[in-house]
Amino acid sequence: MSLYKILFFFALPVNCIAMALVFIRIYKGPTVFDRIVALDLLITMGIGSIAIYSIITKQPLFLDVAMILALIGFLSTVAFSYYLEKRKKHD
Amino acid sequence: MTNIIFIILCIVGTLATVFSALGILRMPDFYSRLSVTVKASTLGTGLLLICAAMYFAVPDVTNRAIAIVLFLILTSPVAGHMIARAAYMSKTKMWEGSKLDEMEGMYDEESHLASEKKEKITPDDMGAEAK
Repeated sequence: MSLYKILFFFALPVNCIAMALVFIRIYKGPTVFDRIVALDLLITMGIGSIAIYSIITKQPLFLDVAMILALIGFLSTVAFSYYLEKRKKHD
Repeated sequence: MTNIIFIILCIVGTLATVFSALGILRMPDFYSRLSVTVKASTLGTGLLLICAAMYFAVPDVTNRAIAIVLFLILTSPVAGHMIARAAYMSKTKMWEGSKLDEMEGMYDEESHLASEKKEKITPDDMGAEAK
């Protein structure tokens, strides 16, 4: 088995299925915090998918996108939790 | 030989990512969901990025990938702590099978600060009454 086959027929489809499972949690999530955690997980999995895709296409430029995505994901989670902690009424 | 290392890194990273997705879908409670998700997803994405760094083997690209891994390792516990704190302060329910809540009554509900000081102040109030 070559690395290309493993990446194209195992890693990328399995990552897509895992992202679909996370979307189920975003749809179901009882509280808003479950949805934020699912969003954070989705962004982290997106970084992994970008790493796989950059190996498949042999284009290291995509890793720049992964870096910016990591920054934005951390910032969005911190901002969400900061303002949700400050609000008075819950749900 | 190096090909086998890349394949092992990719498979382990993908499996860790899938386990984190299964954990966030199947766990009964917000706190256990958070505890599964943050660690497993960081491990999986970190292994995939290390695989990319070893595959390209150019100092430019390798530095970039390792910077992303270090950034993820530094920031994901901080984000997890902040979101867990916000959830605890707005009284997200725990799973009904959980037996112990060690932080119960330790925090002030209004100011969201640790309220141990308040209990230490109470003897002073009694002293003020005596005067």
